[in-house]
Amino acid sequence: MESKITVRNKIEVSNLDLYYGKFQALISVNMSIQQNMITALIGPSGCGKSTLLRCLNRMNDLIHGVKITGEVLLDGTDIYHSTMEVTGLRTRVGMVFQRPNPFPLTIYDNVVYGLRVAGIRNKKESDEIAEKSLKGAWLWDQVKDKLDHSALELPLDQQQRLCIARLLAVKPEVILMDEPCSALDPIATMKIEELMLDLKKDYTITIVTHNMQQASRVSDYTGYMLLGEMIEFSDTKIIFTRPSKKLTEDYISGKYG
Amino acid sequence: MKLISEKGVKRLLMITAFSAISALLLIALFIINEGLPFIFKYGLKEFLFSSDWQPHLGKFGIYPMIVASLWVTLGAMLVGAPLGVAGALFLSEYVPKSVMNIIKPTIELLAAIPSVVYGFIGVMVLAPIIRDNFGGPGLSLLAGSIILGIMILPTVISISIDSILAVPRSYREGSLALGATTWQTIHMVTIKASKSGIIASIILGMGRAIGETMAVIMVAGNSVNIPHSPLDSVRTLTANIALEMSYATGLHRQALFATGVILFIVIIILNSIASVAIRKRMVKK
Repeated sequence: MESKITVRNKIEVSNLDLYYGKFQALISVNMSIQQNMITALIGPSGCGKSTLLRCLNRMNDLIHGVKITGEVLLDGTDIYHSTMEVTGLRTRVGMVFQRPNPFPLTIYDNVVYGLRVAGIRNKKESDEIAEKSLKGAWLWDQVKDKLDHSALELPLDQQQRLCIARLLAVKPEVILMDEPCSALDPIATMKIEELMLDLKKDYTITIVTHNMQQASRVSDYTGYMLLGEMIEFSDTKIIFTRPSKKLTEDYISGKYG
Repeated sequence: MKLISEKGVKRLLMITAFSAISALLLIALFIINEGLPFIFKYGLKEFLFSSDWQPHLGKFGIYPMIVASLWVTLGAMLVGAPLGVAGALFLSEYVPKSVMNIIKPTIELLAAIPSVVYGFIGVMVLAPIIRDNFGGPGLSLLAGSIILGIMILPTVISISIDSILAVPRSYREGSLALGATTWQTIHMVTIKASKSGIIASIILGMGRAIGETMAVIMVAGNSVNIPHSPLDSVRTLTANIALEMSYATGLHRQALFATGVILFIVIIILNSIASVAIRKRMVKK
C-alpha cells in the first residue's frame, strides 16, 4: 500500500455545468480522478453527486432536456466532443447502479452480455471471460454450478456482484458506482467494500455514497458536494479529520444532512 | 346500521360480479345445448371434414369455413403482429414520451371505429386495388386478412406498449451502460423482458380477428370454398353464422349453432396453445 503508484489523472472535470431544463444541477464543478484510486462523492440527497457521476459516462444523455457545458477529459480526451463514440466510452467507463439490475436472463448471459454487444460470440472465449469476470467479482464459487439459472434467483448482494462481474467482462478502465450498497445489508456491504479495495489494483473507481463511514473506509479521495457545487475535494483523511471548509465540517460532524 | 349497509354493498357487488360469469356460462350452455345434439346426430367427422355445405339438401360440412377462418386469422396475424409490435417498439423506445402520449390514444381510437366502417373501406378501396393489381374478384382472403390485420393493430400496439413500458428503466440503463446501442438494448433485453405481454397482445388480437364478423362478411367474398390462393373468395365460420341465421330453420339452424360450438372450441384451442407457449418460454428462462 505504501509504495506510491505514479499518480495520474484518469479523469479531469473542469468547469462542468449541467442544467435540467432551467434548473442548474451542477455548478462549475472541478475534480480530478486519479488512476487506481477510489474516489468518493458524498453530500446530502439532491446535491448532484449522482448527476456528476452520470456525467462521466454520459448516462445523463438519456434524460430529455439536459444541457451540459464544460469539459470532462478521459485520458486527456473530451468525452463530450462530437467525435466521441458514446457506446465505446461506456465500455471504458462502466457503471454499477444503486439497485442491482441484472437482466432477466441467465447468470451466464448476464456476464457475457457486454461481449455479445461487442459482437463476440466465440464460445470458448466467452466461457473464459465469464469465469474470469465472475472470479473477479468473487461470485464464481457461488454460481459456477448454476450458470444457466435466472440471475433474478440470486440474493441481492450476489446480484450486485453479478452486475460488477458483467462490467468486468467488458474490461472497463473506470468503474462508477452509484450508491452500490444502499440496497444491501451490512455484511453484504462489507463484502462489496472489500471487493472494491481488491478491484482498485486494476481499475479506477468512483463511488457515490450517502454513507460517510463507507467513504472514509474505502476511498482515497473524497469530494463533498452541496446544492450542485463541489464544496471541497481532497484526500479522504483530510476531509474526515481536518476539512478546510466550515460546510464540510458541519456535514461530516453530522450537524445536518 | 353501518355494518348492515357494508354487508349490503358486498352482496350487491357479488351479485353483479357473478352476473358477468353467469352470462358467460349461460351463453356457453345455450350454444352447446343448441349445437351439440346436431353434432351427435349428424356425426362430428362429417360435420368437420366434409366440404359439402348445402343446407337445402341437408348437407352440412363446414370444413371450408374452418380452413377459411384459420387462413384469414393467420393472414391478419402476418399483417397485424409485425406492424403492431414494431409500432409499439418505435413509440415506446424512440419517440419522446410527450409525443407517445398523443399518438397512443390516437391509435387506440382505431378500436372505436365500427367494424362496418372497416368493411366499407375494404369494399370501396382495398378490394378494387387487389382486383386491379393481382386479379381475382378483389373481395378475398387477402382483403379480409389486411382489413383484420389493421383492425387488431390497436389491441396489439396498446398492450405491447404497456408491457414494454413496464420493463424497468434499470434494465435499459444497465444495458446502455455496458456500451449497447438502443437497438441492441431493445432486442437483447427489452423484448425479452416484455415477451409475455407482447405475446398476450398478439393472442388478444388473434381472438379479435377470428371472432370478427361484419368486416369479414363485407370484404372476404363469402363463397363457400377451400381457398387455393389468397385471392380466392372465402367464407369464415362467423360469416357463415351471421349470413344464414336470419332464415335458417330446423336442422339448418342447429347446424349454425354447432358452427358456433366449433368456433368456441377453436378459440379455446388457440388460446391454450398460446398460453402453453408462454409458459414454456418462462420455464426455459
